[in-house]
Amino acid sequence: MNKIANRKVICDVLLEQARVDKDIIVLCSDSRGSASLAPFFEAYPAQSVEVGIAEQDLVGIAAGLAKCGKKAFAASPASFVTTRSYEQCKVDCAYSDTNVKIIGISGGVSYGALGMSHHSAQDIAAMSAIPNMRVYLPSDRHQTRKLMEALLQDDKCAYIRTGRNPVEDVYTEEHCPFEMDKATVLKEGADIAETTKGASIVKRHADVAIIACGEMVRPALEAAELLEKEGIHATVLDMYCIKPLDVDGILKAVDGVRGVVTVEEHSPFGGLGSMVAQVISTNCPKKVINLSLPDAPVITGTSQEVFDHYGLNASGIADTIRGLLQ
Amino acid sequence: MEDLKKLAYELRKNVVDIIMAGGGGHIGGDMSMMEILVEIYFRQMRVSPENPDDPGRDYFILSKGHSMEAYYAVLCKKGFLDLADVVSRFSKFGSPYIGHPHNTLRGIEMNSGSLGHGMPVAVGMALATKMDNKPNRVYVVLGDGELAEGSNWEGFMSGAMYRLDNLCAVIDRNMLQISGSTEDVMAEGDLHGKLHAFGWHVIDVADGNDMDAVHAAFEEAKTVKGKPTVIVAKTVKGKGAPLIENKAAWHHKLPTAEEYAQIQQELDQAMTSM
Repeated sequence: MNKIANRKVICDVLLEQARVDKDIIVLCSDSRGSASLAPFFEAYPAQSVEVGIAEQDLVGIAAGLAKCGKKAFAASPASFVTTRSYEQCKVDCAYSDTNVKIIGISGGVSYGALGMSHHSAQDIAAMSAIPNMRVYLPSDRHQTRKLMEALLQDDKCAYIRTGRNPVEDVYTEEHCPFEMDKATVLKEGADIAETTKGASIVKRHADVAIIACGEMVRPALEAAELLEKEGIHATVLDMYCIKPLDVDGILKAVDGVRGVVTVEEHSPFGGLGSMVAQVISTNCPKKVINLSLPDAPVITGTSQEVFDHYGLNASGIADTIRGLLQ
Repeated sequence: MEDLKKLAYELRKNVVDIIMAGGGGHIGGDMSMMEILVEIYFRQMRVSPENPDDPGRDYFILSKGHSMEAYYAVLCKKGFLDLADVVSRFSKFGSPYIGHPHNTLRGIEMNSGSLGHGMPVAVGMALATKMDNKPNRVYVVLGDGELAEGSNWEGFMSGAMYRLDNLCAVIDRNMLQISGSTEDVMAEGDLHGKLHAFGWHVIDVADGNDMDAVHAAFEEAKTVKGKPTVIVAKTVKGKGAPLIENKAAWHHKLPTAEEYAQIQQELDQAMTSM
């Protein structure tokens, strides 16, 4: 069982890079503990900015710092930084084109029993609707590291959502294929054997494509493995890059499949499922089922209890696919 | 100094032309803050239209972004933009000259329009220059009606917390907003006392349309150490043309042809009487 949360990896990467890059500035809104960024504040006080419980100020100050050449990383609970300071994200970051990386920690239903005020089930929809804003939901600690390292190389704003608790690895330290803004194919459901000799091209299409993001990637992969034993072949796509959405990756993954299932820790509206359905209905119409949180305050429980309740787990995803293929 | 007094009126005349050409604009607030902008751009800030991205420049944020026509007039006079081009294209289809600051234009740092954004951004800028031990100063102009936005007060808190003595905020205290008196809409009461309690050095300017008084306030601000300064400049909305002075209705009203002629005539009269 992995014990390292994605948010801690973010701190690790920033700690490593801040040693050599003095323009990296981390901002928190009384959230350094929640964000696992206390070690950064201790190691680099001159590169740390505390704004108190004031998310609008957090993002506005980050934008001002960025305008003057700093690489600003503003970390605060996803529920607050994407809605309380939504307008600062829109105007001061995206519209003004400043290099602010907005880190939404404890995203989705991470805060469990703390209730809807602390859940961020709207952040994908809200942030994706802002022109010039990018949206990323890494699936595990290894991908989080690759993503952070890539983001440190550019000077555009972005929103990154991570969960609160450690999640099971999807990748390994040695094997974590990553290309910026390209979805990762975790499992190829199609059996592609092409030969240049003669005219024969043998290609067996996958039965179904599962497209997931964030903490839903791991159960999506587990569901595909369950189904494989039953002879159902699923392609699994880790769509960590919600925006820009990897449209080509989607079209390749769904080529020839009988249906598509999307899985996300988000409202049913305006998230990954909506976006994927838009792409598929435009390019290659076929059935798309979106597994998501409900359009309601979620049931009280831990993240896993909530996921299990709404079928956002391997067995729930597999059941949905069995139904889809009947 | 006399030249700048006249310049403020010359720029007011440009504002009216810009508004007439574009078919709308925030004329009242444009006029009230003109001396403040003239002082900032022509006597305080180190900025150069030849090198707008000079790392040694001072920074300006127009938090009351709707007063864009006054900002256009100043940026044109300063050499960042071309007045004839602004007048001919303001608010027209496909124009880069919109009704609020847009930083794809030369000389504009940040986009604004939605109120309550300038103060936190200015704090971030002032903080960045402090971190780098650079002498750049940061200026931000806010409207008084805008102060009802809570984000301003978050910014005031952090500006004091980080002892940003390179930050100078100016409140264009014209006492009016679109619905009427600021004191009727959302009373600001003892603004000096509030700002002082937030840890800022507060300078009251009894007549914020008096170029000499405005200049003295900015000079004082530069001497303050260990805390940011806010200048509360009591101004007259619509200043310069009695037809539109102190009338909330002129917050965003397009003059008729007759009113246009009268406003320009009144501005001319004010200039000749200097």
